[in-house]
Amino acid sequence: MAAPAKGTSRTAQNDVASIKKKGPGALATAYLVIYNVVMTAGWLVIAVGLVRAYLSKGSYHGLYYSIERPLKFFQTGALLEVQNEDSVLLFVVAWTVTEIIRYSFYTFSLLNHLPYLIKWARYTLFIVLYPMGVTGELLTIYAALPYVQKTGLYSVTLPNKKIELYEMGWNLREGLRDCLIAAAPYGGPIALLKESQRRERSASARPLLEIYSAAGVPMASFPWKSGVVVHIGWTVSDDLLCIQEDGTVLIYDMFGNFRRHFSMGNEVLQNQVIEAKVFHSAYGTGVAIVTGAFRFTLATNIDDLKLRRLPEVPGLQVAPSCWAVLTQDRQTKVVLASGKDLYVLDNTACTPVTPPGIDPQVSSYFQMAVSFSYKYLALFTDTGHVWMGTSNLKEKLSEFDTKVRSPPKQMVWCRRPKSQQPSVVLMWDRLLLVAGKCKESIKYPSQCKESQKADEYLREIKEQNLLPEAVKQCVEAAGFEHEPETQKILLRVREYKQMTVQVLIDRLVFRRLYPLAIEICRYLKIPEFQGVSRVLKHWACFKVQQKEEPDDVIACAINQKLGDTAGISYSEIAARAYECGRTELAIKLLEFEPRSGEQVPLLLKMKRSQLALSKAIESGDTDLVYTVVTYLKNEMNRGDFFMTLRNQPVALSLYRQFCKHQEQNTLKDLFNQDDDHQELGNFYVRASYGEGSVEARMAALQNAVDEFNKAKNEFSARATEEQMKLLRWQRRFQEEFDKPYLDCSLHETVHSLLQDGKHKQAEQLYKDFRIPDKRFWWLKISALAEKEDWEELEKFSKSKKSPIGYLPFVEVCVKHQNKYEAKKYVTKVTLEQKVKAHLAVGDLEQAVEAAIERRSESELNLVLSRCTPTTDRALLDKINRARAGALKK
Amino acid sequence: MTRISGAWSSHDTVVLSVKMAAHLSYGRVNLNILREAARKELREFLDKCAGSKAIVWDEYLTGPFGLIAQYSLLKEHEVEKMFTLKAGRLPAADVKNIIFFVRPRLELMDIIAENVIGEDRQRSQRDFHILFVPRRSLLCEQRLEEQGVLGSFINIEEYILDLIPYDGDLLSMESESAFRECYLENDQTSLYHTAKGLMTLQALYGTIPQIFGKGECARHVANMMLRMKREFAGSQNQILPVFDSLLLLDRNVDLLTPLATQLTYEGLIDEVYSITNGYVKLPPEKFTQKKQGEGGKDLPTEPKKLQLNSAEELYAEIRDKNFNAVGSVLSKKAKIISAAFEERHNAKTVGEIKQFVSQLPHMQAARSSLANHTSIAELIKDITTSESFFDNLTVEQEFMTGVDTDKVNSYIEDCIAQQDPLIKILRLVCMQSVCNNGLKQKVLDYYKREILQTYGYEHLLTLSNLEKAGLLKPQTSTRNNYPTIRKTLKLWMEDINEQNPNDISYVYSGYAPLSVRLAQLLVRPGWRSIEEVLKMLPGPHFEERQQLPSGLHKKRQQGENRTTLVFFLGGVTYAEIAALRFLSQMEDGGTEYVIATTKLINGTCWIKSLMDKLEAPPF
Repeated sequence: MAAPAKGTSRTAQNDVASIKKKGPGALATAYLVIYNVVMTAGWLVIAVGLVRAYLSKGSYHGLYYSIERPLKFFQTGALLEVQNEDSVLLFVVAWTVTEIIRYSFYTFSLLNHLPYLIKWARYTLFIVLYPMGVTGELLTIYAALPYVQKTGLYSVTLPNKKIELYEMGWNLREGLRDCLIAAAPYGGPIALLKESQRRERSASARPLLEIYSAAGVPMASFPWKSGVVVHIGWTVSDDLLCIQEDGTVLIYDMFGNFRRHFSMGNEVLQNQVIEAKVFHSAYGTGVAIVTGAFRFTLATNIDDLKLRRLPEVPGLQVAPSCWAVLTQDRQTKVVLASGKDLYVLDNTACTPVTPPGIDPQVSSYFQMAVSFSYKYLALFTDTGHVWMGTSNLKEKLSEFDTKVRSPPKQMVWCRRPKSQQPSVVLMWDRLLLVAGKCKESIKYPSQCKESQKADEYLREIKEQNLLPEAVKQCVEAAGFEHEPETQKILLRVREYKQMTVQVLIDRLVFRRLYPLAIEICRYLKIPEFQGVSRVLKHWACFKVQQKEEPDDVIACAINQKLGDTAGISYSEIAARAYECGRTELAIKLLEFEPRSGEQVPLLLKMKRSQLALSKAIESGDTDLVYTVVTYLKNEMNRGDFFMTLRNQPVALSLYRQFCKHQEQNTLKDLFNQDDDHQELGNFYVRASYGEGSVEARMAALQNAVDEFNKAKNEFSARATEEQMKLLRWQRRFQEEFDKPYLDCSLHETVHSLLQDGKHKQAEQLYKDFRIPDKRFWWLKISALAEKEDWEELEKFSKSKKSPIGYLPFVEVCVKHQNKYEAKKYVTKVTLEQKVKAHLAVGDLEQAVEAAIERRSESELNLVLSRCTPTTDRALLDKINRARAGALKK
Repeated sequence: MTRISGAWSSHDTVVLSVKMAAHLSYGRVNLNILREAARKELREFLDKCAGSKAIVWDEYLTGPFGLIAQYSLLKEHEVEKMFTLKAGRLPAADVKNIIFFVRPRLELMDIIAENVIGEDRQRSQRDFHILFVPRRSLLCEQRLEEQGVLGSFINIEEYILDLIPYDGDLLSMESESAFRECYLENDQTSLYHTAKGLMTLQALYGTIPQIFGKGECARHVANMMLRMKREFAGSQNQILPVFDSLLLLDRNVDLLTPLATQLTYEGLIDEVYSITNGYVKLPPEKFTQKKQGEGGKDLPTEPKKLQLNSAEELYAEIRDKNFNAVGSVLSKKAKIISAAFEERHNAKTVGEIKQFVSQLPHMQAARSSLANHTSIAELIKDITTSESFFDNLTVEQEFMTGVDTDKVNSYIEDCIAQQDPLIKILRLVCMQSVCNNGLKQKVLDYYKREILQTYGYEHLLTLSNLEKAGLLKPQTSTRNNYPTIRKTLKLWMEDINEQNPNDISYVYSGYAPLSVRLAQLLVRPGWRSIEEVLKMLPGPHFEERQQLPSGLHKKRQQGENRTTLVFFLGGVTYAEIAALRFLSQMEDGGTEYVIATTKLINGTCWIKSLMDKLEAPPF
């Protein structure tokens, strides 16, 4: 971008040319004439180009590009890029006209033939052309400024290590004493709450909550109207947590807007929070509190609140002198000090611990600090020593004698850039001390009285950590490391990196710098799913809050930008729109959601239950249908609810299933509503089995009969009537014979009567229920055989011609091990069944005879299969001969 | 509360898990990938609950889980105790975590709530977790909330266990009630799980380019799959497709096949002793080890439990044979094995002896496998040679060939009169109804009345269920189209060769399962040739194509077989599987089949699942 330099350099050249005018040599004159002619011609080319382009395009847009090449050629400074086309055009036109006039003026004056017209033009037109050119140049310079800033063009980086990127904008009216202060990790916003502890509150003396950016630019400020705040802290997503004495935690965003609140449990209400901490882990942001009863309560992730009350510390009478939260092996623990004892509290137990190599003279711990990664722990003892070790308290890294006996105001871990050694920074009122592993320390006599400056300084160190670089090195190192444990540690750092890129993008998004966030995602090649899609989603969520734009426009704009980008959840955006009170917009947005399952919860929330039901059914996810149905059930009156179901058969049958197992009576109502008499009949049949008395059961069955009749299901009606009839009979028999008959089938009842010799009653049932002859005969003979009443059996066989033939007689006798009786009936068996009958009584020879007589090969085979080769040799021969004979025929 | 034994007993686990995994990868498609994915997910969940654990099982799940992981895997992840989910209090266990492994059912939620409430009063140190199988449910979580225990759970997660690798070419959802839910109760939950399972399968094995289907449920599943694919738009699957096509078949397209008695070796084992989750329990008498000097020992009373899958070489060879062909294979094997053992006499040099010894474990395994199967075959033979089995089969075959299907069958009458097991009767009556395209009202009413009078009026609802499912129906149209279907699809083959079959009909000794015929005809000559018959069968038939990302189109080598996944919605029998395996092995078949189903069924358990059991309280 050399445009800005052009004007001045060229003017200088102009002056040189006019000075040398006095006495040029012949050669010089010739050169100058040629030069000036060429330049005039050149500028003419540009002018003609401009005019031609204007004529052909009819507009001045894009004119610059049509003359770009000749212009660059004839202009010494190269035009790299054009920021503002209009302004460029302005000065190009101006200078073109000027140059043509100027060079022609020079040429003619060199040749000493200066026409008046040119002289006039040169000294008159500049009045218009110069201001025009200068204005154009200024405009161009102005337009180019951001580009220069971005590219660093014309900037010289000073060799100093510290660069002031921006100026601190702090404008604190009062000191920071009596302030609660919280700075978000990774250089996020800073919150101050002044005089939070003041008890007596008048409206005028309300504490003030202020939020600043890391550079000290005020972002929000409002008077604190809630309860007494014990602690403030930031979440990973830049939300501010204000933990009150009564255990309520209020959440604000970084612009000071109230988000929501939650409570740390009922126990806190009585005992009050005496101290609280906000901590970060892989699960998100957590809160830890200690109550007046010296009990700790943890919430590991405030977005998925699960309170854990940690076990009691035995014998703890006073508040712990110091404590810290740390996350190890996916578990969150609390380390606390009370007197000379240290304890680790986890979900299940309170374990006393002793740091390895601690001075036995230590009788109290003043301060405790856990490193950001929860790997290291530092303890400041009453002997003035700093003990540094791993946070699992298994290993000591070093110990350092500060020679200061008073408790430090603050103690923090830090790691210098490119150093593998973590160190601890301690601060007293007038002393800042960095203690490391190597027994050395750096002391900074503190110049500022306000301790928070130190905090600022520390944060700067943290920021300069050059995390990505370190992470890269760690991954490389992991490759060389053969010990798996070490490898794991190194790789764990890598996970950290991914988190930070996410954090970075989140940060940008929270600050509404969407285009920048997208550029970064693309540059870092973050998978679309986690990167661009997420940013776009946030953008859309922000977009829906713009109240001035109509629903259609926003929905359309969002869909255009997002399209079918992978991982975009339109339902989330819609949810946001709904939160902002834009239900119609939310519904429009939901239309773009391809996963119908995702649409349902929001539709329910928006009370579009009918639509929700159709969407749930569309998704095929029956659980979702159930959810909507239960919701509808609670929301609607019964009639409407049933009507809704009626229009959705899928939902209806699912609800029926639900009722069948959970609400029998509703089921009945449903069938009633649909006039489904068949199902009502079935319902009463089922219900009858739940009844305790015969009368009640009869009543239910009568209902069933009525319903079956209405359903025109004659068979079921008759069958149920029969069942009632049977029940009546059974009750009678039960009373008469003092034997349980109820709940036996008709068949079993008759069988049992026959077995008991109650032939008359059996006969009655046989007639009353029109039992088919065949079955009755079967019933009777098997009952008699079972009873071994052979005489009665024989009598019965002769009573009339058996409808089932006589083979069954043989079989029942054999079944009850009476071959003698069986044989009596063999002769009566028809020819077709003779073989079977003989076989049944084990008479192989007769069976063979019968089979031969019947000339049946299959029957011969049957007999054959019953013969044993060793004992029945003669028979086998006979059969084989017969088979051979049969085959011949 | 009892400790769970059986599939979860801790012995022989490591060996088993290795063995299990191996046979899954033998097939055309390496189903072990699926199993490993499932195992990984299980491990990840267990690790989420740090510390010692006790698992409280929904008893129904132990069987299916046994196919995924043995006890050893759980033990490695600090599972110290296992209990069955039961009302009341949890048994004492010194563990940090209590994990409930449950199906998302409301009645189970009530039990869990009871457990948790009872527990809280005792001591509050234990963490509770729930793992929903196969999917978490809002409805259940709501119920837990109503019971006031939802907050007590640290983790509430789902374990997506839809399609469980059952064998090298077989996937099952092991969902017993799927048929009943779909066809009786119009509850399509299992179809949703099917679609989800197929999506998981596609995520691992690539998008299946072609989907064919027949039946209402098949249509529904295909619709859901296509919809879910759209929902995942953007995350393109970049895996080269393993399956060339998917065939979705409704069980109610072919109601006949499961009713018929299966006549393959495996089918008969299932018919007689019922195989559950890959295991069969057998009467122990035949399995006593005949050791010298122990002649007088007592017979064991515990049933003998055997795992049946293709990991066992011999079983893989005979499982799909017609039972009549099993004997000869067994005796041939016996000769080979004893010959192999005889080899030791020929082993003269140290090298030869060493070689012999090295083969010994394999030979011994083969010998014990042979002994087991000889015993099973004997047990089954006792049944197949019985008169009642023969009579029953005769009637079945009469029905299937269309003999006298329109009259009351006297054999059925006799069986009812003798109070044979109800399910046997129902199988026969339903079969007659299916083979006659419904029974004349008079005949149907007669059967129904006989059944109600003999077995009790409480079966009225069961009969009504069978009618709803279409297994039993009055003849509506005068024309019986079953003979047309039978002839067009060649469902009955006269000259079958049980020893060296040349057609799938060998699995039922004459009857070719309709479902498998449909699969066979789909490949050659295509369904267009049987449009007429397809129209007679219930539900629509369809074909869908799924777009593959460019570059994933398979270039088939000359002579390379296609792979088709046949999904039976509502269950499949072992005989049908055998028939499909037979088709896979046909030299000119050109298609290999992988079979998936909601549940492995036989006529008995299938009919049982449709029965409504009503019992009155004692007066």
